[in-house]
Amino acid sequence: MSKKEWPLWEVFIRSKAGLNHKHVGSLRAADATMAVENARDVYTRRSEGISIWVVESMNIHASDPAEADSLFEPADSKVYRHPTFYDVPDGISHM
Amino acid sequence: MKELNLNELERRFQEKIDKDIKIEPNDWMPENYRQTLIRQISQHAHSEIVGMLPEGNWITRAPNLRRKAVLLAKVQDEAGHGLYLYSATETLGADREETIDDLHSGKAKYSSIFNYPTLTWADMGAIGWLVDGAAIMNQVPLCRCSYGPYARAMVRVCKEESFHQRQGFEIMTTLANGTPEQKAMAQDALNRFWWPALMMFGPNDADSKHTEQSMRWKIKRHSNDELRQQFVDVTVPQAEMIGLTVPDKDLKFNEQTGHYEYGEINWDEFWEVVKGNGPCNKDRIDVRRKAKEDGEWVREAANAFAEKRARKKSA
Amino acid sequence: MSTLFNYILKIGDDSLILGHRLSEWCGHGPILEEDIAMTNIALDLVGQATTLLNYAGEMEGKGRDADALAFLRFDREYRNLLLVEQPNGDFGMTMMRQFLFDAYRLPLLERLQKSSDVSLAAIAEKSLKETKYHLKHSSEWVIRLGDGTEESHRRVQDALDTLWRYTDELFQEDDAEKELVVSGVIPPMSEIREAWNANVNRVLEEATLTIPTNNWKHSGGRKGMHSEHLGYILAELQYMQRAYPNMEW
Repeated sequence: MSKKEWPLWEVFIRSKAGLNHKHVGSLRAADATMAVENARDVYTRRSEGISIWVVESMNIHASDPAEADSLFEPADSKVYRHPTFYDVPDGISHM
Repeated sequence: MKELNLNELERRFQEKIDKDIKIEPNDWMPENYRQTLIRQISQHAHSEIVGMLPEGNWITRAPNLRRKAVLLAKVQDEAGHGLYLYSATETLGADREETIDDLHSGKAKYSSIFNYPTLTWADMGAIGWLVDGAAIMNQVPLCRCSYGPYARAMVRVCKEESFHQRQGFEIMTTLANGTPEQKAMAQDALNRFWWPALMMFGPNDADSKHTEQSMRWKIKRHSNDELRQQFVDVTVPQAEMIGLTVPDKDLKFNEQTGHYEYGEINWDEFWEVVKGNGPCNKDRIDVRRKAKEDGEWVREAANAFAEKRARKKSA
Repeated sequence: MSTLFNYILKIGDDSLILGHRLSEWCGHGPILEEDIAMTNIALDLVGQATTLLNYAGEMEGKGRDADALAFLRFDREYRNLLLVEQPNGDFGMTMMRQFLFDAYRLPLLERLQKSSDVSLAAIAEKSLKETKYHLKHSSEWVIRLGDGTEESHRRVQDALDTLWRYTDELFQEDDAEKELVVSGVIPPMSEIREAWNANVNRVLEEATLTIPTNNWKHSGGRKGMHSEHLGYILAELQYMQRAYPNMEW
């Protein structure tokens, strides 16, 4: 275990109440407590946040970019999922 | 999924770049693109970290409490910027510690301006004004670079850095409007930092080996000479405004082109400093290496503690 | 008013000198993240020093502001604790010094929030939020290093043994201060000591560290009798103001 680098953590910040936590970057920390504090010092020096999430990078599972076509393109053709697909007669409001 | 050959992958990659679609960490990319980026971003990160030292040198001697706080905050930002950039290199698979070891072994380079000593308080002004000014000129276009994590890091860096140049210029203005001693101090700092600041943009375009490919990949958006010209055009009038003289007898404004013409840069000096023969190269690297060595037991202890606690939790 | 002036000078100087010491770390931390964390604490302390010394200057009414007080007094006129002027040593020494100080400063600020002096109460309220974080940070590090590796345990125990002798001074109270206690401006130091003891015992126990049995204690900083270290701090701190008197920067 000696000379082992501290694990990498991904940092997510909620910039104000009502908004999602958003990924802002990463940092190194030996444990979760330290990761939260380091995130506070590194990523919120200018009042950028009111809440912090940290996740050890190795625990993030991502979709495969090579499969992006089959994962995401099929949704492009489902235009009927969007309200603009439908005709609403003139004079109708609140819909 | 059908197998794509390398040429086809490269063609699609370039097509994305041409359409200004950002490249993200897990996307396919040519190995050379990855390596060039790692080199460029880590050089940039090292410059931030080594750049903490010449200014850090004056924190305990800042002339009043306001200046002290500002300088501390600025040097701290540089640590932050180094960190954002190391984070970006980690997305390319370059481990931070190995990247830093390359700096310590002399394999990796950093901006040679930080190999000049800070001799007086006015140097804090000159660095903020000229060095950060030059850095901003380099960095703003990189906010649009093709690699997503790098571009996002640069957006953050540029946003934070906007105060750096201002505080430097404020120091210079105060000195230039101060006593004759103070004004002389400011002029001396300008004299020492002007040429190294121009060298920050790198060799002339004709001698710059990476430019063409990097422009095609959009990880460099303007040539060295374009940026250098822009810097001179912006900075010379600022110097005049506060009554300081740019130390270049060949400097003159060309009415036709609308640009300043400036004298020949001492490229021998530039290459010597890049090679490691600047006034402070050895000091800077020794300090960084020492910080890492002295911190080793701390990092180990934190690991050992984290492991102990994790074991306790699972027991 | 001069009694209050003297008291504010003491706690203002603590912030000033400890902020100075911490700022020496900038660029030299054990890892980038911690470099940034220590600078944040240094910045908080410089800010606190500025507010406190400005207020002290107001109390004094002789036209001295925070800068005049911070940069233009002589060695024997500084009133900070001996603890805060001790050299940084290794990271363990710095964190232990920080912890022993934070554990005193936090209960002090908590009580100063209720000071009968409204301005002091307001300053304390603002500083308290910062100090809470400092104590959390330094406690966690003391625990991590104490219960980390053999080497880190040894180093941080050494730090505790070295610094312990400066901790009695945290709670000393002179006659003038006793009057401030009576008028509700500052809390009795016995209360601060009690809170400090509880916190320090808890953290040191978790850190598996041993409280030194040596009860030999140093004091003097509060009266302007400093260690040799302060002179060098001032030589740097005051360099510009002394070399170029009466100039704007």
